Amino acid sequence: MKQERLARLLVLVLALGAGAAALAFRFWGSSGVVEVHAAMPDQGGWLTSNITAKAGEPLRLRLVSDDVVHSFALGQSDFEPVDVLPGRPTEVTLTFDEPGTYTFFCTRWCGADHWRMRGTITVTSNEPTEPKAFDPPLYLQLGIDLDAPHDLHDLDLNRLPSAEKGAALNVTLPPEFLTPEYFRSHTPYQAWEDLNSVPVTTNLNKAQVWDLVAWAWEQNTNPAVLAAGEALYQRDCAACHGVEGAGDGIFGVKGTTENNSLHEAGPNGHSLEMPTNFKDLDHILASNSAMLQGKIIRGGMGTGMPSWGLIYTEAQTWALVDYLWTFVFEYSFEE
Amino acid sequence: MTTFKYNLLQHTWIKKLATNRWPLLILRSIALGGFVFVILVGILGTPIGNHNFAIVAVWIAWWAALMLLLVPFLGRGWCAVCPIPMPGEWLQNGVVLGPGKNSQGKKRRRFPKPLRSIWLQNAAFSLLALFSVVILTRPLVTAWVLLGMILLAVALSLVFERRSFCRYVCPVGGFIGLYSQLAPVELRVIDSQVCKSHAEKSCYQGSENGSGCPWNVFPGSLTVNTNCGLCMECLRTCDYDNIALNLRTFSADLQPQNQSKLDEAYKAFIMLGSALVYSAVMLGPWGTLKQATSQIGSLPWFGYAMALLALTWGLLPGLFYLTNRVGLFIAPTPHPPHQTFTAYAVALLPLGLTAWVAFSFSFVFANISYLWPALSDPFGWGWNLLGTAALVWTPYLTSLTPLLQMLVLIGGLIWSSYTAQKIAGECKAPHQAWPVMMFSLFVTILLLWLLIA
Repeated sequence: MKQERLARLLVLVLALGAGAAALAFRFWGSSGVVEVHAAMPDQGGWLTSNITAKAGEPLRLRLVSDDVVHSFALGQSDFEPVDVLPGRPTEVTLTFDEPGTYTFFCTRWCGADHWRMRGTITVTSNEPTEPKAFDPPLYLQLGIDLDAPHDLHDLDLNRLPSAEKGAALNVTLPPEFLTPEYFRSHTPYQAWEDLNSVPVTTNLNKAQVWDLVAWAWEQNTNPAVLAAGEALYQRDCAACHGVEGAGDGIFGVKGTTENNSLHEAGPNGHSLEMPTNFKDLDHILASNSAMLQGKIIRGGMGTGMPSWGLIYTEAQTWALVDYLWTFVFEYSFEE
Repeated sequence: MTTFKYNLLQHTWIKKLATNRWPLLILRSIALGGFVFVILVGILGTPIGNHNFAIVAVWIAWWAALMLLLVPFLGRGWCAVCPIPMPGEWLQNGVVLGPGKNSQGKKRRRFPKPLRSIWLQNAAFSLLALFSVVILTRPLVTAWVLLGMILLAVALSLVFERRSFCRYVCPVGGFIGLYSQLAPVELRVIDSQVCKSHAEKSCYQGSENGSGCPWNVFPGSLTVNTNCGLCMECLRTCDYDNIALNLRTFSADLQPQNQSKLDEAYKAFIMLGSALVYSAVMLGPWGTLKQATSQIGSLPWFGYAMALLALTWGLLPGLFYLTNRVGLFIAPTPHPPHQTFTAYAVALLPLGLTAWVAFSFSFVFANISYLWPALSDPFGWGWNLLGTAALVWTPYLTSLTPLLQMLVLIGGLIWSSYTAQKIAGECKAPHQAWPVMMFSLFVTILLLWLLIA
């Protein structure tokens, strides 16, 4: 009987020991860590997607993917995105100085609805804080109706306007054409029309005036800004709008994604639209920077284009806008 | 014909080891611990199959050990340490170490007579095969399947006597038993006359020294390995020290006088057909087929399920039946076709086993490196217990695998052909084996094409 008791004890210890030890290790070793699982949006996206933290206190996150490679990025911050690998947890520690609501999101093209992978971190503070003053973005200041149609129909351009050719014309433009205010609030087409009415362009043909517009646009940006804009574009926009901006991204091409949610009828019966083709001169040359800023901040409202207002800083938004112009203007900056 | 046999129990230390209950109990307890752990990992761990210990340990490591070592060399060696019947037996016998008051489940019913065959095991294996891609890749599903098996084993042990689950239901036990006929070990009585004259039949009925055979087998009449679970209980209960644990030649059970039954013949086709289908699905280049197998409940999946069932339960046996009719036409004997069908089906066992060995080579060598990180971080929770968590997937022996597969399959073909000829020779109709050999050749070519070409 003594042997039988010993045998029973042995069976129980060996049978349950490993499992019990693992669970205990897990329980005691994980205190204070928030586990966040990433899955493709149709499988749940971020779980947990609403996290709370205290300002000034470290927030430890253990990130793990339950399917494909995702990435964890934090909006409006200088936090460098980290990959979230399948079955291999990644730990990050965040400390927020200011209370507020921060958006975290995935930067890997994990699936058709990849952009839906967003969550929030609500940071509170025990100290009373003053509400921040709202500084309306330029498109709101200018009262631009983002959804108003603005296509041109009679644009007759057989090549992209070239800043280099514009510079080679050695024309001194009136200074108002080169101010950031003018650049951001006018469409290239308006600029072209305005330039046609100044004396310095009297002897220039239509294409040469467009080259001057390209040159004027180039004066308002620089290679560093364009590089930052390009990085954002390739990370966040190219999936739908295409690597070359032609609106033919892998999640946006009709035919390849007809069966996924991107082009299915929305919940209210509205069909989603194809992503904008940034190489469509009729459309883009009739847009201005403020309008593009507004679209990025607000999103497409029912078109499938997400809002980036909670994610990009103002500088990032403008860098992205500047980069979008490179799809219709040939800048002279060296690659 | 005299065959080589060497009784390992003539060595005192082996005999002591085999009769002592502790070594097997410790092994089974460790296996039970592993089993519980795997279920836990499957439920709580990462759903990423190749990072989850449940998938890697069961479907890569255990499967490799089972198909490449245990079944070919030890037959039912796995069944001897399998933890699945352990909790049920504890409840049934009231003890874990020795025979208890309720030894061998005497108070429980016998398993229903119509079901005392391996038809249920055939059906259970086919059922799992329909969902295999999902079971093999999703830890949660693996966990539920394993949990379901252990619960079913417990439930059956509460109603029926002995290891009814192992003997009649276990989907794995069915093919292990069948292929154990090929293994170079056997448990047999030394002198069957002793058993015949022994009135108490303590090996079957049990005694104060141990339970009656948990596998519901009378050792005195054992001629093949199929139903012997190598639990060594009869070694403890035999009053006359009449049990031998023999080393022997491979496939010594495949003698013409050891006629298999229809359920066992069908198991041979199910296993052979499943090896073909798995090779196509898991190793083949057909993405649509692969996708269909994982979309459970969809129309393509129904198509796959129907094809699998039709091949294993209809096409292969039907083709083999025709093969036998041709054999009877070439070399007529008075045996009825159904008899030659089951007799020659035995010849497919070597080919079936080597088909599974060759199939297992493909994914075992390619995927065993997933085990190293999974051992360090079984749940995918970010642990690094052994310092191997960061090791990346590295396929081994990739250039050697096709050669090994070819050699194994050709070996299986020769082995099957030899067995068919042996059976035909016994029937005094040597030419009867030719169509069976052609059938084996056809299946071998198909397997070579699927696995290598």
